[in-house]
Amino acid sequence: MSETLNREGLLKAYRIMRTIREFEERVHTDFATGEIPGFVHLYAGEEASATGVCMHLTGADYIASTHRGHGHCIAKGVDPVGMMAEIWGKATGTCKGKGGSMHIADLSVGMLGANGIVGGGGPLICGTALAAKIRGTKDVGVCFFGDGASNQGTIFEAMNLAAVWKLPAIFVAENNGYAEATSSKYSVPCEHIADRAPAFGMPGVIVDGFDFFAVHKAAGEAIKRAREGGGPTLLEVKLSRYYGHFEGDQQTYRAPGEVQTLRETKDCLMQFRRRVTADGEITDAQLDAIDGEVKTLIDDSVVRAKADPKPAPAELLTDVYVSY
Amino acid sequence: MARKITYQQAINEALDQEMARDPRVIIMGEDNAGGAGAPGEEDAWGGVLGVTKGLFHKYPGRVLDTPISESGYVGAAVGAACNGLRPVAELMFVDFIGVCFDQIYNQAAKFRYMFGGKAETPVVIRAMYGAGFRAAAQHSQCLYNMFTHIPGLKVVVPSNPYDAKGLLIQAIRDNDPVIFLEHKVLYTMEGEVPEESYTVPFGEANVAREGDDVTIVAFGRMVNQALTAAAALQKQGIHCEVIDPRTTSPLDEDTILESVEKTGRLVIVDESTPRCSMASDIAGIVAQKAFGALKAPIEQVTAPHVPVPFSDALEDLYVPSPARIEAAVTRVKEYR
Ligand SMILES: Cc1ncc(C[n+]2csc(CCOP(=O)(O)OP(=O)(O)O)c2C)c(N)n1
Ligand SMILES: [Mg+2]
Repeated sequence: MSETLNREGLLKAYRIMRTIREFEERVHTDFATGEIPGFVHLYAGEEASATGVCMHLTGADYIASTHRGHGHCIAKGVDPVGMMAEIWGKATGTCKGKGGSMHIADLSVGMLGANGIVGGGGPLICGTALAAKIRGTKDVGVCFFGDGASNQGTIFEAMNLAAVWKLPAIFVAENNGYAEATSSKYSVPCEHIADRAPAFGMPGVIVDGFDFFAVHKAAGEAIKRAREGGGPTLLEVKLSRYYGHFEGDQQTYRAPGEVQTLRETKDCLMQFRRRVTADGEITDAQLDAIDGEVKTLIDDSVVRAKADPKPAPAELLTDVYVSY
Repeated sequence: MARKITYQQAINEALDQEMARDPRVIIMGEDNAGGAGAPGEEDAWGGVLGVTKGLFHKYPGRVLDTPISESGYVGAAVGAACNGLRPVAELMFVDFIGVCFDQIYNQAAKFRYMFGGKAETPVVIRAMYGAGFRAAAQHSQCLYNMFTHIPGLKVVVPSNPYDAKGLLIQAIRDNDPVIFLEHKVLYTMEGEVPEESYTVPFGEANVAREGDDVTIVAFGRMVNQALTAAAALQKQGIHCEVIDPRTTSPLDEDTILESVEKTGRLVIVDESTPRCSMASDIAGIVAQKAFGALKAPIEQVTAPHVPVPFSDALEDLYVPSPARIEAAVTRVKEYR
């Protein structure tokens, strides 16, 4: 099964992945009714990446996320109820309804924010890693970014800086094959994003992002190396997004049946279930029970989000500065 | 022959006609076509909101999709302009200026002066701006004032489909770097637009409505908010003159000053945050050059000094509304 995860750990990982999936599918459904405002980018299909990485992290480790941030948030321990309210623009949201889907953040659990600026997180994670290094803790910083973002100057600069300063930073390139409607086959001229790692003098690792166990293992090694002073790693996770770039995207650039085939053959939740139930240590019934609990949680989060108040007008002018 | 098309179609048509007329015109940006390297449809997007749709097939090799490398491709557009092309680079959301500003403000904007008048950099940077899409703090800003601040850049803020087409054609033919800013809420606005090619000159304001009582100067989407307010005020017997400068750099000071000489009362409507804004800029110009004509303090109706909020409840308060414009006009009208 897994070398490092006991039964409890496996059930936890499953619960996180299932929570992300349920959350995203629910947002997808509700967005279609026109009730959810703004731009929403869903993480469904990519759950094994956020979960496989974040299972190794403590509350003192930081992550920086992307516009497709819901999965990273949930995996890092942000409360899904507050997240749902945030997406609905409510005062009870994680960011009081001021940030929305693209800006969910919870610094109290080491979640430095989803990000509306592609590549925005790389330098920030160098900073959290630098702080950990200077303070002499064993904490790490993880920057999640996409194949599209891998071409952004900030990401190149951040990887170089992390290598130069030997920072406890992990760069997780989530290669889902597309940046908006552009294939990574076009925008990334080398074969793999991880091929760029040696140019920065850091290890580059490629992992199957549908396989939780593969991600968990590879991330564990990179994070351990970083905690022990071994410097940064570039981890490329190959995966796919199940929905459009954003909700409303017609996805005519994709091959017909592309997503359906992946869902049927490689889905991370399906593979996980098959693997952990194979030796009988975990039963289908246990996993089904988690499915039910997660569904209740997400249903409840939507009921609450709908009923919650919008931010009061006075909120428009607050929170710009600490003092002014 | 004029017919009704949208602001978005007007922009597409301007690009189309200029690409047909001048082989030196190329366009580039993220998903300006879409589908590059992908198994499905080519020109799948035609821009994130479809503004450049159809040009990819019509002008082979002249619609370039870019990696997400704004500093790289915006700078490349600047360099190509130095070497004989007339590139139109699209920045998608103007908020992304942060990752590529150097190539614009230290490079393109400064060449002509720094090089002793020898350089010409005929590049256009298109970007959408403005609040109203519930797109939150990093996708909703109104930054024309930032570009206006920089000598060497021309800055265009069309408020309607007719101006959008004529100003974009002018921008492409202009020999200086031009920042062309499209308000995302206006993309669906319809208006009469001639089918044939035409230009709207820079630095010439449009008097969108004539009146004797109060001058309203407004930019971009705010012109339409001001016209809505002016129509309501008319019913109360207050006659507003609404001036749309159309370009913030160059700025048609004369039209503004002449109007203030006539009305003696000025309201400026600006979607930007108030500090170092077009509103404060114009207030300064009028206070200096038409002080004697003023019968009331100048009113500035702007966004508050805060980032753009996500929740509709807050965003609707953020954007200057016709009601706030009416209130400001009433205050300056009643001032003695
Ligand atoms: C600096 C910047 N440029 C462009 C965009 C517009 N944009 C948002 S997401 C995106 C594609 C990102 O692709 P990728 O990094 O592969 O992440 P994915 O969406 O696949 O998760 C683009 C171009 C942006 N938000 N910020
Ligand atoms: Mg991608």
